[in-house]
Amino acid sequence: MTSPTPSGSAVVAEWAADSNYRARRIKNAVMTALMLAALAVTIGALAWVLIYVALQGFKYLNVGFLIKTPPGSPAKGGGGFYNGIIGTVIIVGIAFVVAAPVGVLVAVYLVEYGRGRTAATVRFLADVLVGVPSIVVGAFIYATWVLNFGFSGLAGALSLSIVMLPLIIRSAEEVILLVPRDLREASYALGVPKWKTTLRITLPTARNGILTGMMLAVARAAGETAPLILTALGNDLFTEYNPLHRMSTLSLLIFHNATTGFKPAQARAWAGALVLIIMILSLTLVSRWLSGRRERTMGGAVK
Amino acid sequence: MKRVSVDAVSAYFGAHKAVEDVSMVIEPARVTALIGPSGCGKSTLIRTINRLHEVVPGARIEGTVHLDEIDIYGESIDPVLVRRQIGMVFQRPNPFPTMSIYDNVASGLRLNRVKNKDTLDSAVERSLKLAGLWDEVSSRLNNPGGGLSGGQQQRLCIARAIAVEPAVLLMDEPCSALDPISTLKIEDLIHELKERYTIVIVTHNMQQAARVSDVTAFFTIAGAGEPGRLIEMDETSKIFTNPGDERTEAYVTGRFG
Ligand SMILES: Nc1ncnc2c1ncn2[C@@H]1O[C@H](COP(=O)(O)OP(=O)(O)OP(=O)(O)O)[C@@H](O)[C@H]1O
Ligand SMILES: [Mg+2]
Repeated sequence: MTSPTPSGSAVVAEWAADSNYRARRIKNAVMTALMLAALAVTIGALAWVLIYVALQGFKYLNVGFLIKTPPGSPAKGGGGFYNGIIGTVIIVGIAFVVAAPVGVLVAVYLVEYGRGRTAATVRFLADVLVGVPSIVVGAFIYATWVLNFGFSGLAGALSLSIVMLPLIIRSAEEVILLVPRDLREASYALGVPKWKTTLRITLPTARNGILTGMMLAVARAAGETAPLILTALGNDLFTEYNPLHRMSTLSLLIFHNATTGFKPAQARAWAGALVLIIMILSLTLVSRWLSGRRERTMGGAVK
Repeated sequence: MKRVSVDAVSAYFGAHKAVEDVSMVIEPARVTALIGPSGCGKSTLIRTINRLHEVVPGARIEGTVHLDEIDIYGESIDPVLVRRQIGMVFQRPNPFPTMSIYDNVASGLRLNRVKNKDTLDSAVERSLKLAGLWDEVSSRLNNPGGGLSGGQQQRLCIARAIAVEPAVLLMDEPCSALDPISTLKIEDLIHELKERYTIVIVTHNMQQAARVSDVTAFFTIAGAGEPGRLIEMDETSKIFTNPGDERTEAYVTGRFG
């Protein structure tokens, strides 16, 4: 206690004079402003798209749009995209039924059983597949399936399942990895075999996270157009329920109607775009809600 | 109740030898405490007793472990059956988060194909009573197990482990995440369980080892990267008052580790 203690106000004056602190404050303010600007651009662009589609779409959207098919001529008004809505539900539904179990099985293999080379290769392939443009996937199905069996909803579903597969694999792998090792070991320690532990402990614990990934993959597939042009082809005027025949989807109808050059058809395309966005947005919201629940259930395990 | 004989066991993680040449006999109806500095291989050793060591990729052991006369590493022995005989309680409470309190306790039986409702009901009640948790949870058996306090969760995990009626109960620092009151409850519980089970407990708490155990085994490592070794094993009173090895004395009196 030999050094003299400066009085309170002297300390305040000394600290306030610290030029480092002032420089840091300025830097801080600049960085904050930059980030806010980036945020504004992002949200602005997104909001613009959404609002524009909503404004254009709501002009032509009515109940009839959801239950009627397009009129015979693109120049005529009225009609709806019922055939596209049904087509999207059927094609994405089949794609989901194919991709979901395969994707989860592969993810389980990667986390629980995969060792060394094989697992690394599978993981690498899934990564590559994420980056493959979807039109290439469509071309692949065109060459291997369509050329042999013709255009069909099923071919479209196959191409979409290939688009969904890597998304489901990687997201499921991530959440299965998050399941604490302790839980698996607690199950082993009770004399439960590994496969049963995976089925009854690991997968249920990761369930909500896996479902979230699936929902996002479905949302992504529902908006795909390019691979469908080469596979499902479209069926602009009729409602087709049989996936072995060529089929329309919302995305295909939007594409076909928007590119006609006729005002009434373009109006239908806007309304179709709005319906598609609403469908995808609801899926995204459901997945958000599920992942919120995941945090709660996993919280009990990680605490 | 069964006797566990560990014979010349060395445990490896890949090329790293974590435990070297441990031989010890763990007697039934007694509590055996494993003590020693961090990293000396206590967890690794007890995980060789229920063949949980080998679920870690690249891990393997040398030597043998017998449960009474059965060589649990014998060629025809299914590790799953070994683990049904030897229960384990982990350092961190780990109830199954997707299951209710009831389902957690019943899980071991259910996953081993016991379906009879009455059998399950009585096993759940008996185990929760033994674990001293029944009074606290009997009115909310269908609530999630993750909603309990840490101490309650750990007693839930003990109930889960004893519901399948194992012969041996391994506890790896079961109280290290708990407050003193919960710790005392679990120590009381260990006293009660002692009559029915062969119990092995790993602990860093000298007082706890002295309070709950009949026999104490002291492990240590010579230095970083060296394998852990068993230094001595004896009656707990002897280890704490008159140990045979000066390293043990240094450790239990707090001059080392
Ligand atoms: N999963 C693992 N992979 C590789 N090495 C491991 C693994 N688990 C433990 N080890 C190593 O084995 C040695 C013994 O670890 P162990 O966990 O058995 O020690 P411990 O006595 O239980 O320590 P503590 O008192 O801190 O729990 C340590 O050197 C540790 O680094
Ligand atoms: Mg340990």
